[in-house]
Amino acid sequence: MQVTYLEAVRQGIWEEMERDPNVFLLGEDIGVYGGAFKITAGMLEHFGERRVIDTPICESAIVGAAIGAALVGLRPVAEMQFADFITCAFDQVVNFAAKCRYRWNASVPIVIRGPSGGGVHGGPFHSQNPEAWFAHVPGLKVVTPATAYDAKGLIKAAIRDNDPVLFFEHKALYRRIKEDIPEGDYTVPIGKARVFRPGTDLSIITYGAMVYVAREAAEILEKEGISIEILDLRTVFPLDEQAILAAARKTGKVILLHEDILSGGIGGEIAARIAEKAFDCLDGPIVRITAPDTPVPFSPPLEEAFLPSVSQVVEKARSLYYY
Amino acid sequence: MVVPRSVNLPELTARFSQGADPEAQLALRFLHYMVLMREVEDRIERKLYRQGKIVGGVYVGRGQEAIPVGTGMVAEPDDVLFPSHRDLALYFMRGFHPREIFAQYMGRVGGPTRGKDGNMHMGDMKRKVVAIISPMAASVPVAAGAAMALKYRGSRNIAFVFFGDGATSRGDWHEGINLAAVQKAPLVLICNNNQYAYSTPLEKQMACEHVADRGRGYGIPAEIVDGNDVFAVYDAARRAADHARCGLGPYLVECKTFRMTGHSAHDPADYVPKQLWEEWGKKDPIRRLEQRIISNGWADQATIDRVYDEIREEIDRAVEWAEQSPFPPVSELLQGVYEQPVEPVAED
Repeated sequence: MQVTYLEAVRQGIWEEMERDPNVFLLGEDIGVYGGAFKITAGMLEHFGERRVIDTPICESAIVGAAIGAALVGLRPVAEMQFADFITCAFDQVVNFAAKCRYRWNASVPIVIRGPSGGGVHGGPFHSQNPEAWFAHVPGLKVVTPATAYDAKGLIKAAIRDNDPVLFFEHKALYRRIKEDIPEGDYTVPIGKARVFRPGTDLSIITYGAMVYVAREAAEILEKEGISIEILDLRTVFPLDEQAILAAARKTGKVILLHEDILSGGIGGEIAARIAEKAFDCLDGPIVRITAPDTPVPFSPPLEEAFLPSVSQVVEKARSLYYY
Repeated sequence: MVVPRSVNLPELTARFSQGADPEAQLALRFLHYMVLMREVEDRIERKLYRQGKIVGGVYVGRGQEAIPVGTGMVAEPDDVLFPSHRDLALYFMRGFHPREIFAQYMGRVGGPTRGKDGNMHMGDMKRKVVAIISPMAASVPVAAGAAMALKYRGSRNIAFVFFGDGATSRGDWHEGINLAAVQKAPLVLICNNNQYAYSTPLEKQMACEHVADRGRGYGIPAEIVDGNDVFAVYDAARRAADHARCGLGPYLVECKTFRMTGHSAHDPADYVPKQLWEEWGKKDPIRRLEQRIISNGWADQATIDRVYDEIREEIDRAVEWAEQSPFPPVSELLQGVYEQPVEPVAED
């Protein structure tokens, strides 16, 4: 069955709500309106007001309430209308949700999901990639699917997980990605990367929308006889270190590609782990391709220049190949 | 959500109150928990802390004991409690033993967090007590969510959240109370207005006169009560709980009280005018309760003295137990971050 990335997320949530009466949704404009991106369209009509809760504009209370509901046994799925707005809930996420288990052995099985990423001219507050902020917080899991298959399998795994999971959907993929996915129930394990495209000369480690930028670059380079492997992390925290090191060891040349900015991005952490643990396998410097250290700009030419591009990847991959 | 009732009225108080009328029994139960809180906290703040046996800070509720005790007596066993850091008695009322509290303050495995966290940062969902975090008011939206979940499940149980006056300046307090109000969540909000947030007096904290004034802004009932009168707190908490339990939504109770100590053990609180100490010292909630007990003939001074004696003996044994409790093994450092351990990153 061909579905969009958006429909895949929607199906995953829908099926989990059918499967488990403890799953419920809360967020801004998710009920009558069906969500700013229509992820929850039709859910209010089907599941009712009890399980699809339109909240006031209060990101901190949305996350806080999700935590409280989870502590007494429910499985809330909270929506941030845009992932950027999670900043308003930072304390609840990093101090409350993340630390309950470690501090006093309390489970907080919540999912906080929201659309992240640029490429839709959303400007500085509707385009950010917040994953690295939370990849620095032990106790959280941070999931960033690139495919429709993974979007469905991972949202289901996230809802069933007994730890807090941040689920960042890339909004530029919502309607652009359409694939065949199996009908019915399946999950994708959190914390496991996947080889998106096998190759032998150079490894691009990436996630989210950049998987497709990497793929386009790989197709161009293939014509030049350069074989690119693409590792899709799928989860940026905890990292699948085994898969990362395997990718580095296989080709000896590594590009870390992400849409998030350079400094403090997850690429730095991955580079360090490769340098520490697979240094002897490297045949060239670890290369990072990321957005520059600026806010996400609004105007199309600026945003286009901000986002890592296919031509950038082709160029840097080529020079690393010939290094 | 069936949890055995763990609130055990200790034998000694039960003995005193046998055969007494219900009001006398209630008074003696109040006395037991208020004295227990005072004595445990005094031991921690005035003795163990000064002996260097406490790890980190000490936050006590001296002078505020009537608030957790009066409210806690209203809570049903499966109601969910969100204590503030000055509500130690709630832990005893939910079956925590003083020895666990001493061990917690000493960073030992015998504490409810096994040394992962300290002082009043403790909870246990089996006993329906949620641990506070340091940023004030964060518990309010969490309690709102717990209350929403109880309603979702069709439970008759409700949530109680406790906070100080300072916490009502935080955005989380406002977001949480507003969400609870809109959702008609069964939530009782108990403010211990002790007039100081660390060193900052109330008039620099808010421009309205009472915390309760804010209830109207959220469309919920709010009342002001003498927070040093345990019977008054009990009655107000009962009205609030009844309101929440029968589906009418949140209810705010502002308990006027005074923090008869510094913000924490290291703080001499010399910013507090001397006359306030004197004024509020005369309103001590335990002294007032004792006077009421004696004047009503519910018990005599000798009986009250025995309550103190037996609690102090219990505390001696509890401190000894806590000191015997080991520090957590370093092997626990990496444990418990996630339900299932994730791939280790600290080693190759």
